Order: sequence, then structure tokens, then C-alpha cells
Amino acid sequence: MKKILIAAGVACALTLAGCGGGETPAPKADAGATPAAGGAATPDMDNGATITGKVIFDGTAPAAKTLDMSAVPACTAAHKTPAKSEELVVGAGKGVKNAFVWIKSGLPTDKTWAVPTAAVTITQEGCMYSPHVIGIMAGQNLDIKNGDPTNHNIHPMPKVNADFNQSQPPGAADIDHVFPREEVLVPVKCNIHPWMRAYIGVVSHPFYAVTGDDGSYSIKGLPPGTYTIEVVHEHWIDQPQDQTITVGAKDSKTQDFTLKG
Amino acid sequence: MSLAAAACTLALVTAGGLVTSNDAALAVPDWPLNWGRLVPPLEGGIRFEFAHRVLALLAAVVTAWLAVWIQGREPRRWMRQLAWWAFSAVIAQALLGGAMVKLIDPKVLAIAHASLAEIWVGLTVAVAAGYYGVCGAGNWVARLAVAVLFIQAVLGAAVRHGAIGVVPHIVGAGFAAGVAMWASLGVMVRHLDEGKLPRPAVALLGLTAVQIFSGVAAYSVRAAAVHDPQPMPLTVWTTVAHVVLGALTLGAAIVLAMTSEGGKSTSR
Repeated sequence: MKKILIAAGVACALTLAGCGGGETPAPKADAGATPAAGGAATPDMDNGATITGKVIFDGTAPAAKTLDMSAVPACTAAHKTPAKSEELVVGAGKGVKNAFVWIKSGLPTDKTWAVPTAAVTITQEGCMYSPHVIGIMAGQNLDIKNGDPTNHNIHPMPKVNADFNQSQPPGAADIDHVFPREEVLVPVKCNIHPWMRAYIGVVSHPFYAVTGDDGSYSIKGLPPGTYTIEVVHEHWIDQPQDQTITVGAKDSKTQDFTLKG
Repeated sequence: MSLAAAACTLALVTAGGLVTSNDAALAVPDWPLNWGRLVPPLEGGIRFEFAHRVLALLAAVVTAWLAVWIQGREPRRWMRQLAWWAFSAVIAQALLGGAMVKLIDPKVLAIAHASLAEIWVGLTVAVAAGYYGVCGAGNWVARLAVAVLFIQAVLGAAVRHGAIGVVPHIVGAGFAAGVAMWASLGVMVRHLDEGKLPRPAVALLGLTAVQIFSGVAAYSVRAAAVHDPQPMPLTVWTTVAHVVLGALTLGAAIVLAMTSEGGKSTSR
């Protein structure tokens, strides 16, 4: 009998301890994070250099795969035709969409870059993230919207920044979040709709871009210097490609990347 | 009652496997409530996680009832203690499950959760086997098989939760299969002249063989669909089958390890 009472007591204590329940609040910027704007540098659009280029798929472009949303009618109903996976989208001229291109190193270390006051928005629409890949500065506000008539949970899976997992029912207020530290790329998923994936490139400066439908990108306002420029894509998430490029003031250079299929 | 508890644990392992394979562990971001209430909106991954929680509650109640129920019916102290250990395991398992939600699914807790599930299965199987008269000192190879199969289950959990690559699990599979076959075939060979093979040995041998094939199937399907939008139904079911068969194989090894050579059992 004594054992029963002890076990019941432990069970009750565990249950009560968990009753605080609930979701992890969005972490705030901590020490070591990129400071907010104020005396910080901005890209010099008049005298800075521009790097443009394309990310090209080498091989036979695979057909986009259909997402199976049949388990959730609200998701299926949001699409006139079956939704396609955005994991690898090869467009015109074999350009790879949604590749994240950024200056990995070479920027002056004594310079702090102004964090834009405007938030970057990511929306859940048709049980997909829009945009699928975004770039954001460390310290910049991320605004997460639910435009669907269904429930979502927002679950980024960073390795450097703190992770969080928050529910967002239809009509709920936007979720604001700040990633304080540089991290490329942070996967984001919804555990309710497991096909939902997004990727966030968190960078400590403003020199990054996401490739468009034709695989092209453009990074503007770079100070003169020699840089390591990197492309990261979810299909080759463990195989980022680096290139070295030197630019002078007002230079306009091209740097293409080839990703092998 | 003891069989019901063992069946519940196995059902819960199946439900847990479905949660992991459907990537639904965090579809319910709070605990012990579900989206702030008792019953959450039942859609998508929430269904798997909520079903897992409900089954866990049911299994916990059954295990608690087993622990209480057996006290007045079982004269052997070790059996009564085993039932309490099973109840302790279910409480620890609930705590681990809650911690996984609160701490956003750290790999170490996920692996511990999956491993403790195997221990829980083992405890309830041992209670059921002991209650129905399987009680003796099996040979040391059978006990080694229990240990190796449990380690193999832990390695499998580590692979599933991305803590390690698949190679240690594949190497472990070869070793575990070898020990399990040695244990079962050894017993079978020694009893050939009796014209009746010990059922635990036959079960362990059969389950080991099926488990090898299910492992190959789960890996092949996963490798072939690595760039497909997950979860693919075939990936889910082959993997969950492999997990459940692993628990069954461990259970068979435990029963064999409790079966005395010569088929003699200590009656209750």
C-alpha cells in the first residue's frame, strides 16, 4: 500500500509540474547578437560592387514531385492543381530556384551592419511556406503569418540559435521572432503537415540573396575586397559550394555556380 | 492482466513509431495538455501525437493496475518487484515524453524515450512470462541475446533520431542476429530428440529472420525515397514494422532467457 501511495504521489507531482504547459516563447536577442541599427554601416549602393550570377543545375532536371496533402482537406482545397514540392525547382535555362547565396567571409571584421527595421515575412498559405527560402539579418524581426483556415505549428530547427515550437491556429496573431546569431540555413517545419518546409538564411550582414525562378541572384553595395561567396541549397544541404571573388569599387562581376544532379 | 499490459506496451511502441516516422512528435507543442485543452483539433500530425498520448495513458493505467493486481496473487517477491519496476518505467517514460515536448525534442531524450520503451516492453513481457509459468535460468547465450538486442534497439533509436549514421546499426544487426540465432538454434538442437521444439526458441529464430528482412526493406525504401516529400507511406510502414518487430524479438529473447533448459519451469 505504501508503494502505491508513493507511486501515485510521484505521478501527481509529475502531472502538476507539467501543468505550466504551453509553448516556448520566442527567444529574445542575447549577448553576442548583432546589435540593432544605430551608427552601423549600410551597403554603399553608389560606390559598392555588385555580384550577379546564376545557379545552374547540371544534369537532367527532375520533374517536381507532387505533395500528398490528402490527409488534410483544408490543405488540398487550397490548391486548384496538386501542389508540388519546392525541394528542387529547376527553371528556365536549368536555373535552380531558392538557392541561398551569401558572402561567407571577407567583410571587414570591425564593421557592424545596420539591421533593417522592417520585418521579413513568411506566410503559411495552402499549407506551404511562402517564400520557401528567405534571407534575414541576425537581429532582424521575422514575422510569421498563418493565412490558412487550418492549424499550424512553427518549428525552426537551428543548431546555433535557440529553437522554438509554437502553435498558430487560423486567425491567430502573427508570431514575431528574432534569430540573434548567424546561421545558414535554418530549416523550418510544421509537424502537423510534414511536407511543409522552409529554410532561413540568417546572416550578420546584408550581403545575401535567394535565387529567383531562373536561378539568378544579385548582391549589391559590397565594399571593395576579396570574398568567399557561398551557395547553399536544401537539396545539397551538406554540400555548400564556395568561390573566391575579388571586387573593387563600383565593380560589377559575375559569379555562377553549378550544382550537380 | 499481465498479457494485457504486454500488449499495451507493444501497441504503444507502434504508436510511438508512427509518431516518429510521421515527424509528428512536436505537432502538439504543449504537455500535458494538447493545444491548451484535453482534446486537440484532430488533424495531420496532431492525430498521431494525441493517439500516442492517449495510448500512453491507457498503458500507464494498465501497468499500474498490473502492479497492484499482482501483489495479492503472486507469492514470488521478484515478480511483484518486476511489476513495480514496470510501473516505474511507465512513469519515467511519461516524464521523458513531457520533457521532449518542453525541451523541443533533444536527440538524447528522444533516444532515451525509445530505449526506455524497450525496457518497459521487456519488463511487461517478463511479468507475463513469469506469471504463466516461464521461470527458470536460461542459458547464458540467451541472456547475451537479450543484452545485444537491447543495445541494437538503442542504436536503432539513435539512427532514427539522427544522432548517428546507419553503419553502427547495420554492424550491430549482424552481431545481434548471430547471437540471437546462436541462442535459439542452440536450444533447438539440444531438444531435437524430444520431437517438440521449445516455442521461445522457434519464435526468436523466426522473428530474427523476419527482422533482418524488415531492416533491409526499411533501409532500402528510405534510401530510394531520400529526396521525396516525406513522410512516404511505404517509408513509414516499413520503418514502424522494423521497430515493432525489434520489440517482439527482444521479448522473445527475454522469454527464452527465462526458459530453463530441459523445459522445466518453476511453478508459481
